[in-house]
Amino acid sequence: MNNPADNAPVQKAGATEESRTSLTALLTDLSFWADWASVVGLVGLVIVFGIAQPIFLSVANLQALLLAAAILVVLATGQTFVVATSGIDLSLAAAVMLGAIVLGLVHAAGWGIFLACVLAVAATSAVGLLNGVLITVGKIPDFVVTLGTLSAITGLGLILSGGEPTMVGSPFLLKLTSGSFGPFGYPVWVAAGVVLAAHVALFHTRFGVHLLATGGQAESAHSLGIRTNRIKIAAYTISGFCAGIASLLLVARIGSAEPLINTSLLLNSVAAVVLGGVSLFGGRASILGPAIGALMLTALVNGLTLLSVSAFYQPLAVGAIVVLAALIMRYQR
Amino acid sequence: MSGEPSSEAILACKGLSKHFGGVRALSDVSFEARRGEVTAVIGDNGAGKSTLIRCLVGVNVPDDGEIFFDGRRHPFANPDEARKAGIETVHQNLSLIDELTVVQNLFLNREIVRRVGPLALLDRPAMKREARAMLSRLSINVPSVSARVRRLSGGQRQAISICRAVGSGAKVVVMDEPTAALGVQETANVEALIRRLREQAVSVVLVSHNFDQVRRLSDRIWVMRAGRVVATVQSAETTGNELVALVTGAA
Ligand SMILES: Nc1ncnc2c1ncn2[C@@H]1O[C@H](COP(=O)(O)OP(=O)(O)OP(=O)(O)O)[C@@H](O)[C@H]1O
Ligand SMILES: [Mg+2]
Repeated sequence: MNNPADNAPVQKAGATEESRTSLTALLTDLSFWADWASVVGLVGLVIVFGIAQPIFLSVANLQALLLAAAILVVLATGQTFVVATSGIDLSLAAAVMLGAIVLGLVHAAGWGIFLACVLAVAATSAVGLLNGVLITVGKIPDFVVTLGTLSAITGLGLILSGGEPTMVGSPFLLKLTSGSFGPFGYPVWVAAGVVLAAHVALFHTRFGVHLLATGGQAESAHSLGIRTNRIKIAAYTISGFCAGIASLLLVARIGSAEPLINTSLLLNSVAAVVLGGVSLFGGRASILGPAIGALMLTALVNGLTLLSVSAFYQPLAVGAIVVLAALIMRYQR
Repeated sequence: MSGEPSSEAILACKGLSKHFGGVRALSDVSFEARRGEVTAVIGDNGAGKSTLIRCLVGVNVPDDGEIFFDGRRHPFANPDEARKAGIETVHQNLSLIDELTVVQNLFLNREIVRRVGPLALLDRPAMKREARAMLSRLSINVPSVSARVRRLSGGQRQAISICRAVGSGAKVVVMDEPTAALGVQETANVEALIRRLREQAVSVVLVSHNFDQVRRLSDRIWVMRAGRVVATVQSAETTGNELVALVTGAA
């Protein structure tokens, strides 16, 4: 596996005889913990929950955990692109709701499930595009714009749906949510595909470097001929696209399209990004880090549930972990 | 001066004006850099030198006036077009991206890609190799080409942005105070580099506060004061004292 901060300098592998000293140096180096926060956290949680409740480590539970994490992994990936440009997408969870409602309505109108899925993703991508255009061309701060679209989409979703959930009985979606290939359910493969594509885009294409440059110092990037506005618009559109994919997984999972916003999805997407070692100031990112951060947050909820800790404590635990991670991030090199 | 710039001009402007809020950074500036020459621009802090440079290479859009490149009017809508036309710039403040590595900075917006099916993927080994070669040609020392530039010294950073500008075979190299952060040896290296560019018939625009350096290196010196061009002199025919007088307005 790659280092979460994949544009990080590649450290020369130490020779074997000095590996002991370099290991201690590594373990006392806070920047190491900052880059690997999500991995360390996940491993820690797995050990703690595994000892406290052995069922946690059962194959069935781990499969359920991955399945439950798929939506958050996809959203955290989208959020990563935006945060890497030193922005933030607060409309992410609302876009998921809009995607679900478009899917439900188009399907209910009898247009077929594939068109419904395509239109759902198109609608959420359009929201992202709108965010990006308002932020760059309109020169409005990102959190104002995405807070505005958060509210506007919520209203739009309620208007379109009349406040009522729409049942989506589709064999295709049923297959998507319950079928599996190899050891993993399809949603896990979808999430893995999104992560892989995002990783390649961010670290192996010109677009990725330009995105990180834009997030790092937009003015310098502009002076080198990078179209920073286009890059930012693309980042928000990608975020919207990921919200669309997440909405498909969500509707498949619950079997209906509901005009409800799951705000914890938004908070957790940002939390996963922070845990994943992505700098909130932009310019520095990882895709695997946030994906593992999303896994970690899901494992936390799963483990606490298995230990019969009241659900009321879960947001508290998530909040504490995120602030802790953000503190450690200050030591990133 | 009136009408088109002379045919020797590679990069020129006429009647350029630019203001930031209430500050007039440039007022009716006409300037030309001749083909194959080193053209210097001097002036006190805030005289408008960097603004002039940024307008010429498409980073800033002037309020008024015209820019010419190789006889073409309004050549660049943005810095990308200027770079594609063969102008590389070492900006005074806007230079490197801290969070990116030396290689990523050297090849920013110039990345080497290889085709893999429908995808164009970065060819990182090729860029690393080429980056090492570029740096060693100019005897620039950095700990590793994979190091983030944030961890480099001011001089190393300046050296890297100069390296980026001259490493890609540009027709015109524009340098805004390229030696401001450099030591004695490094300054000498950059001066040798500028001479070499001139020998290779690359046109150079050099902004500097070092009048001796300017007289040693350049063919012609443009003097700016408070957003205006106040004089143009032949480097061979001027003295340090004359330049001081022109810059301060004591002449
Ligand atoms: N982006 C900007 N926003 C506001 N004012 C600016 C901006 N850029 C330049 N100025 C103003 O324009 C004037 C000219 O600045 P400029 O940077 O061109 O000077 P300079 O000759 O390069 O000075 P120095 O020798 O200090 O680099 C200054 O008064 C400066 O305050
Ligand atoms: Mg300047």
